[in-house]
Amino acid sequence: MTLFYVFAGVAVVTSLLVIAQRNPIYSVLLLVASFGALSGLYVLLDAPFVAAIQIIIYAGAIMVLFLFVVMLLNAPHEDTEYDERTHPLARPGPTRAGSLLAVALVVELVWALTRAGEAPSPFPEAGLSSIAAIGRALFTEYAFPFEVTSILILVAMVGAVVLARRDERARK
Amino acid sequence: MITPTHYMLLSAALFTIGVVGVMVRRNIIIIFMSIELILNAVNINLVAFSNQLQNAVGQVFAIFIIAVAAAEAAVGLGIILAFFRNKETVNIDEMNLMRW
Repeated sequence: MTLFYVFAGVAVVTSLLVIAQRNPIYSVLLLVASFGALSGLYVLLDAPFVAAIQIIIYAGAIMVLFLFVVMLLNAPHEDTEYDERTHPLARPGPTRAGSLLAVALVVELVWALTRAGEAPSPFPEAGLSSIAAIGRALFTEYAFPFEVTSILILVAMVGAVVLARRDERARK
Repeated sequence: MITPTHYMLLSAALFTIGVVGVMVRRNIIIIFMSIELILNAVNINLVAFSNQLQNAVGQVFAIFIIAVAAAEAAVGLGIILAFFRNKETVNIDEMNLMRW
């Protein structure tokens, strides 16, 4: 119970700091902290496999990729003069419209969640922590989506290589 | 007592933070991280309901979403690199190559 609030608080605070941070490197590191907190929540939900995947793939692989790109681009110095002057969250014009839309989204979500009819039943006592059940679902009922995902990752890999490659013909 | 509603509220909060990040920030890398936040908010719901219904399919979908997020991050960062090479900026206001 307390753990839920600790993890949820850490996740929300670090996520807020991610979008409030001016330096992208701090954003990446805070996002790793946020993913760590979410991983703790997955453990509380009796999903240790998803928690491990979250740490290994998200915090480990994807965020390191982000960090690589941020450092490669040397992004902190790439902001325009306008961006340097004002804090990103305090800009006029289109930014304000975006914030308004976001507030509308919050209101809608809170409205929808508070209107839910009966009180939701609490989580069942007996947990479903069986990785075997995940594997069985993944390789029988969802075998086709699984294979499609593997093709998707192959395509993404080839695409990333093609996109990030320097064009040799253009340089000659 | 922690009910699925708590997890839904947390998920809604993270989703909203992600949406605000996408709409407010101009640095494309931070926008990308906000998209990751949105995907994670969805994952929380999936895993919470997987536990609530005692059904492993929710976790299977969470794993699919993580795989798709990895592919998306790889391609997206490739696009950012290619764009940065052309324009020397990560500001999305400068990204109007395909505007007609």
